[in-house]
Amino acid sequence: MAEKYLMKGNEALAEAAIRAGIDGYFGYPITPQSEVLEYFSKWLPRKGIAYVQAESEVSAINMVYGAGACGKRIMTTTSSPGFSLMQEGVSYIACAQIPCVLVNVQRGGPGLGTIQPSQGDYFQATKGGGHGDYRLIVLTPNSVQEQADMVYKAFDLSEKYLNPVLILSDGALGQMMETVEFRDDYKKPAFDATWASNGGVAKRGKPVQITSLFIEPERMEAKNNELQAKYKLIEENEVDYELYHMEDAELGFIAYGLSSRIAKKAVDLAREQGLKIGLIRPKTVWPFPAKIIKEYSKKVKAYMSIEMSVGQMIEDVKLAVECKIPVEHYGKTGGIVLSTDEIIAKAKKMIGK
Amino acid sequence: MSETITKDGQEFEVVWKKPNLQKKDMHYCPGCAHGTLEKLIQEVIDEKGIQDRVIGVAPVGCAVFAYDYINCDMQEAAHGRACALATGIARVLPDKAVFTIQGDGDLASIGLAETLHACNRGENIAIFFYNNAIYGMTGGQMAPTTLPGQVTASSPDGRDCKLSGMPLKVADIVKEFDGTCYVTRQAANNAVNVRKLKKAIEKAIDNSLNKRGTSFVELVGNCPSGWKMTPVDSYKWWEENMLKFYPLGDLKTEGGIK
Ligand SMILES: Cc1ncc(C[n+]2csc(CCOP(=O)(O)OP(=O)(O)O)c2C)c(N)n1
Ligand code: SF4
Ligand SMILES: [Mg+2]
Repeated sequence: MAEKYLMKGNEALAEAAIRAGIDGYFGYPITPQSEVLEYFSKWLPRKGIAYVQAESEVSAINMVYGAGACGKRIMTTTSSPGFSLMQEGVSYIACAQIPCVLVNVQRGGPGLGTIQPSQGDYFQATKGGGHGDYRLIVLTPNSVQEQADMVYKAFDLSEKYLNPVLILSDGALGQMMETVEFRDDYKKPAFDATWASNGGVAKRGKPVQITSLFIEPERMEAKNNELQAKYKLIEENEVDYELYHMEDAELGFIAYGLSSRIAKKAVDLAREQGLKIGLIRPKTVWPFPAKIIKEYSKKVKAYMSIEMSVGQMIEDVKLAVECKIPVEHYGKTGGIVLSTDEIIAKAKKMIGK
Repeated sequence: MSETITKDGQEFEVVWKKPNLQKKDMHYCPGCAHGTLEKLIQEVIDEKGIQDRVIGVAPVGCAVFAYDYINCDMQEAAHGRACALATGIARVLPDKAVFTIQGDGDLASIGLAETLHACNRGENIAIFFYNNAIYGMTGGQMAPTTLPGQVTASSPDGRDCKLSGMPLKVADIVKEFDGTCYVTRQAANNAVNVRKLKKAIEKAIDNSLNKRGTSFVELVGNCPSGWKMTPVDSYKWWEENMLKFYPLGDLKTEGGIK
């Protein structure tokens, strides 16, 4: 049995990255993410692992690009405005197929917004954010424990698919303290890095070219086809979700991250009142658990998408149910906490009770 | 270097070998010195026998396809970000020499922050800065290094320094940083200068291999197409204007953060 620690979500994430064998971290301070950078600034130099506090998020993501393209385990963390600044680099990294782990500890926007928690970056995380036809694998923890567990998974997936993986967290998960255990059974999967630019031309017989430039239309199209084939494979294999009381539900909540904890609480309270409500919690928002949402749409009367935004994930839920049942949104912005009372009141209205 | 070859029973000393560039025709315009820089980098890699110990970063600018020519592992950066990539590489592969090739738009405009901070941190990298005082690749617009009064596609009446400021002399800035160990300005307009440029490249790569700090080698170059001149006229303008405004020579030969 592993030891238990009381830790902030941000610190658990950093500690997990060290245990997962991180080779380099590049970041820039921003609330509510800074504890990750601070944790690394203390431990990575002591362990002889690359660490740079970059001059900006623009630089940080490009350091990730350079180091990740050497076949190393590389990570950066930021919060919403910083993640916006990184989008150019993310697009290049996605096209060049560089494995790396990105973390967005979301805060409220748009603009400089607020340092309070938010889920307003769902579109940016799942629909692109940068230019071009690309996808990130997006993992959504909802506890300090998962802030740690998903780091190992993120590194493994990024190497398995040579694709950047985003951990989409939020300011509350980053700042809250909970007990966490770090797995002691973790073993880094075998990773073939012959594609990487790490020297070794003589052995390979040719130099490696890491690039996202394809001037000839046919080559650009071929690259896009290659990426799309990979994304299809990811959609087939890597969807992850949790079901809670869906077996007899008349109404389904859909919520991820912090919202899913409040939604779960609302399910419990509603069931005490005799309301048959369940929860589908996406643990990956790309690939999105559309299939299971569609399946349950044959059983439930309606879905409620519960998000700390004005309604972004709801679009994916609507797409999943193909307009067969009503889908409504409940949410708050500005860091105002979701209310279980309001959720239940809305639920009653939706199922006519 | 006393490699020899035997031909017709006679032994000859090798005085020059074709650089081991990749077998691809360069795309540069006639008379452009971009190709000279890449050829010299290759010669240095060959002579030092360090093909497996060098990683390069190409810019966005006319040197974007440098990875098609230079025969070592290379990465292609976003516009201006080469020094950030190079930092990432040098930090995780400290036993490699890492270099960037960057134009003046790339290095002195959109990537100035990345450049200055890499130099200030004293990253163990060699920066090869191709300064042709113009945006060559995009059709000859004004760069931060464009000379006062110089006509470009986006300064049709000549650079007005009241509007655009004076040309940025990046070498003069980075020589002030403790992080830089070698700052020099070279050209490639004649055989003597090409030889000097090669020496500078050698020294910069050597500094990177030996972790002495950042080397900044500015090649005051030309751009016949962007300048809208014949190659011959561009050489004249190069010598009469560029080399006057950007005087050649070492600005700093020792340094680095101890
Ligand atoms: C973000 C971004 N902005 C603008 C461009 C367009 N662009 C391509 S090359 C270039 C300037 C190149 O000039 P320079 O760096 O001096 O290189 P040269 O071609 O003169 O060697 C620009 C503005 C781009 N590719 N990316
Ligand atoms: S546009 Fe200018 S810099 Fe680019 S290849 Fe042609 S001459 Fe050289
Ligand atoms: Mg230029």
